[in-house]
Amino acid sequence: MARMKFLCDAERCIVCNGCVTACKNENEVPWGVNRRRVVTVNQGVPGEKAISVACMHCSDPPCMAVCPVDCFYKTDEGIVLHDKDLCIGCGYCFYACPFGAPQFPQDGAFGLRGKMDKCTYCAGGPEPDFSEAEFKKYGRNRIAEGKLPLCAEMCSTKALLAGDADVISDIYRARVTTRGTGAEVWGWGTAYGRPEKAPTQAPEGK
Amino acid sequence: MKTTILAMLIGVLAMGLSACGERPAVIYKQGKYQGKPDTQPWNNAYFKGDRTAWENALKARAELENEYRRMNTGDQL
Repeated sequence: MARMKFLCDAERCIVCNGCVTACKNENEVPWGVNRRRVVTVNQGVPGEKAISVACMHCSDPPCMAVCPVDCFYKTDEGIVLHDKDLCIGCGYCFYACPFGAPQFPQDGAFGLRGKMDKCTYCAGGPEPDFSEAEFKKYGRNRIAEGKLPLCAEMCSTKALLAGDADVISDIYRARVTTRGTGAEVWGWGTAYGRPEKAPTQAPEGK
Repeated sequence: MKTTILAMLIGVLAMGLSACGERPAVIYKQGKYQGKPDTQPWNNAYFKGDRTAWENALKARAELENEYRRMNTGDQL
């Protein structure tokens, strides 16, 4: 079974923000919420690098561990999703996440914090596939269409890779051996360095 | 007497109906996902339950991210 992961090649990212734009447009993410961001590391210092960051769908997700209402679940493919109907917007997941992935819309009165929103790996959520409810709450379900997240598919330099861990690791390994540098993958150890947590739900049809 | 009986009858009726609007309580299990179940991504009109076809589709997409292969510079890459 495929184990879906993200991999960002810092040697290739040119900070075009194509991934950010693709995500925003594909999922019609509301103003003020950024499921994906491009972060520059050591800006202004010679050799600065940029990486595209979103929810990494960790092996052992800390957001899932701290959620007081247990609204997170993990699919068989390792994609971490959540049920917005249960989320109380407490923000614990934001503090737990090492990537700053959970986002909270703050368009209510007095800075009211809404329900958490994050990258779904373009896999929708626990609503019927391709339904209007799914799109409104979670965005497009490209995974059920047999497609990968649009951020990675749109990446012009293919710095951002998405897909089965074995496949994208092979692609990255070939790159590193060809160019002879840049073997470090930012965030890979943090996200996937711990033993895989078992899927936490029994989807229909199993 | 009649008023007392009537009042009691109304009271009994009100008590009897009070449970009708009660919704089933969610039994919270610590550490267990509490939300709605999701469907498998291959159980839809695109793949009609064919998991292998779905996996192959995703793999083909992921292979497209390998531009060495797209440039046709050799199968070893």
